[in-house]
Amino acid sequence: MTDLTTTPSTSDALPLQAPSLPRYGTIFAIVFAIAVGALVSMVIGAGSVAALVIAWLALVVALPLWSLAVEGGRKAVDRVATLLIWSTFGLAMIPLVSLIYTVVSKGSGILSGQFFNNSMRNVLGEGGGIYHAIFGTLIVTALAAAISVPIGILTAIYLVEYGKGKKLARVITFLVDVMTGIPSIVAGLFAYALFVLIFGPGVRLGIGGSVALSVLMIPIVVRSSEEMLKLVPDELREASYALGVPKWRTIVKVVVPTAIAGIVTGVTLAIARVAGETAPLLIIAGFTTDTNLNPFSDRMTTLPVYIFQSIASPPGLYRQEYEDYAWGAALTLVTIVMLLNVLARVIGAVFAPKSGR
Amino acid sequence: MAGTVQESPTEPDPGGPGGSVVTTDDGGSTGRVGDRVFAGLSVGSAVLIVIVLAGVAIFLLEQGLPALGNSGESAYGKDNIWAYVGPLLFGTLLAALIAMIIATPLAIGVALVISHYAPRRIATAFGWLIDLLAAIPSVVYGLWGINFLALNLVPVYNWMGDNLGWLPFFEGPVPNSGRTMMTGGIVLAVMALPIITAICREIFAQTPKMHQEAALALGATRWEMIRMTVFPYARSGMFSAVLLGLGRALGETMAIALVLPPSVLVSLNLITAEGASSTIAANIANNFGNASGSKVDTLIFSGLVLFVITFAVNFLGRAIAARGQVKG
Repeated sequence: MTDLTTTPSTSDALPLQAPSLPRYGTIFAIVFAIAVGALVSMVIGAGSVAALVIAWLALVVALPLWSLAVEGGRKAVDRVATLLIWSTFGLAMIPLVSLIYTVVSKGSGILSGQFFNNSMRNVLGEGGGIYHAIFGTLIVTALAAAISVPIGILTAIYLVEYGKGKKLARVITFLVDVMTGIPSIVAGLFAYALFVLIFGPGVRLGIGGSVALSVLMIPIVVRSSEEMLKLVPDELREASYALGVPKWRTIVKVVVPTAIAGIVTGVTLAIARVAGETAPLLIIAGFTTDTNLNPFSDRMTTLPVYIFQSIASPPGLYRQEYEDYAWGAALTLVTIVMLLNVLARVIGAVFAPKSGR
Repeated sequence: MAGTVQESPTEPDPGGPGGSVVTTDDGGSTGRVGDRVFAGLSVGSAVLIVIVLAGVAIFLLEQGLPALGNSGESAYGKDNIWAYVGPLLFGTLLAALIAMIIATPLAIGVALVISHYAPRRIATAFGWLIDLLAAIPSVVYGLWGINFLALNLVPVYNWMGDNLGWLPFFEGPVPNSGRTMMTGGIVLAVMALPIITAICREIFAQTPKMHQEAALALGATRWEMIRMTVFPYARSGMFSAVLLGLGRALGETMAIALVLPPSVLVSLNLITAEGASSTIAANIANNFGNASGSKVDTLIFSGLVLFVITFAVNFLGRAIAARGQVKG
C-alpha cells in the first residue's frame, strides 16, 4: 500500500503540475500564424496589410484554441487577454511610425539652404521658404516663455512654500488642473478679445500670440515645477532656517537650485508643446508671407500656421509646390519639437539631484 | 555656534491650519522686506492665474454674448445663432465620441503593457514612445490625416459601405479623398490616446502590490489578477482619464480643420464627405481669418460654448480624480 516511490506511475494520483503549452509555444504559434497569413493572402491575392490582418486573426484564434485543448479555459482566456493587450500597443505604434515615416520621406526632399533662407514674399510657385515662419515661431514662443516661466515658477513656489493647507492654494491647484484642459483655440479667442479692447477690432499681433500661448503654457509650467519643488527634502529647508537664513533666500538659494534640473525639464517640455500650437496663432497672430521681426506690430507667421495655410488655402495653380512647402515645414517643426523633448530628457537625467537613498 | 543654531528657528509655531508641516511659517518672518516682497510676488502670480482664468470667461462672455441675437447674414445665413452653433456642437460631440470609443480600450491596453506586461526596462522606453505621440504638433497630425490616413482608409470605408451600408452610420457614398467624420475621429483618437494612457498607467502602477500578489498566490492568471485587483482599484482614475482625454478631443482644432471639409449640418453618416458635420473649433479656425463685424461675435460665441463644455468635462474629470486620491 505504501507506494511512496511509485506515485508518479499510478494513474489516479493528483499531478503536481497542470499541463501547459511547451515553452516555445507562443513563438511557434506566431510563426504558424504568419505562415497562414502569407499563404492565404497569396492564394486570394491580397496585399501585405491584409496578410498581416489575417496572420493576427489566425494567432488570436489558434493560440487560445490550442491552449484551451491543453491547459483549460482560464489559461486560454488569459492568453487571449495577453494577445489583445499587446496588440493594442502594436496598433498604437502604427500612427507614430507611419507619421514619422511620412513626414520624413515627403519633407526631406525640399529641405535646402534656399528653403531656410527665403520667405514667401513675392513667391507664387517655386523658390519659397520658411525663413519668416521660423523667426515667427522663435519670437512668439520666446515671448510666451518669458511671460509664463516667471509666473509659473512663482505660482509653484507659492503652492509649495507658502500655500500649504490654505484654501487659496487648493483652489489654485484645482484651477491650474482645469486650465490645462482649455482648448487652444479658446485661448486664442481670449487673446483676441483682450487685444480688441486695446487696439480695436481686426487686431493681429505677434505678442497676442504669445499671450495666448502663455495661457496654455502657464499651467504646464506650474504643474511640473510644483512636482519638482515638492521633491526637495524638508531637511534642506530646515537646515537653512536653522542657520538664520530668511525664507525668501532659502527658496532662492536652496530650494530652487535643488529642483532646477526638473524645473528646466518641465519648462523645455512646455516650450516644445506650445511651439507646435496652431489654432490660437491663426486667430491672433494671423498670417503673412513676409518676414516680420517686430511682435508689437502687424501679423506674424509661425511654422504651424504656415503649414496650415499652405494646405488649406494654396493659390490654385501651385497646389503641389505648396504641399511640398507644408511637408518641409512639418519636418522642420517635428525636428525642433523632438529635439526639445530629447533635450528635456537629457537635462532631467544628467542634472537630476542625487537622491539620498 | 550652538547659540545661533538654537536661536534662529523662530518658526516652530505650527504654520497655519493643517499644522503638520514644520517648514511653513506663513511668510511671517518678522517683517523682513525681502521676505514680504517675495511672498507678495508669489501670491501675486498665483492670484494672476485665477484672474486669467476668470478673464478667459469674462472676455468670451463680453465678446460672445452680443451674438445671441444674431440671425441671417451675421449667423452665416442661419435663422438664429443656435441653428448655426447647434450642428457644430453636434459635430464636436460626435467626433469626440468616435475618438473615445476607439481610444479608450487602446489606451487601457497600452497602459497595461507599460505597467504590467512589458519588462521594466522596455516599459520605460515604451512610455517614451507614447509620450512622443503626445509631443507631435496637432497640425502635423492634420497633415498626416489628410495625406496619408484618409487615403489609406478609403478601401476600408468602401468595404464598410458595401457590407454595413444598412446601418445609417455607414451609408456612404465614400469620397475618394477619404476626408470623413470617421477619419477625423480616428485622428482625434490618436491624439487623445497618450493623455489617457499616461494617467491610466500611473494609476495601474499604484495598485497595491499585496493585492496583486495575493491574487497570484491564489492561482489567478495574470488577466484574472488584473481584473480582480487592478481594475477595481483604478476605476475612478480610468474614468477621469477618459474624461480628460475627452476634453482634449473636444477642443482639438487643427486636425479636424484639415481633415473635415467645412460644412454646418447634422448627420450621423460617418463615411461620407458631403454629409459630415464640422466641429466648433475647426469651424472657428476655418472662418476666423475672413470674418468681420458681427460674424466674429458669432464665432466667439461658439468658442464660448466650447469653453463651457470642455470646462465642465475637465472639471468633472479632475473632481473625480481628486476624490479617488483621497480615498486611495
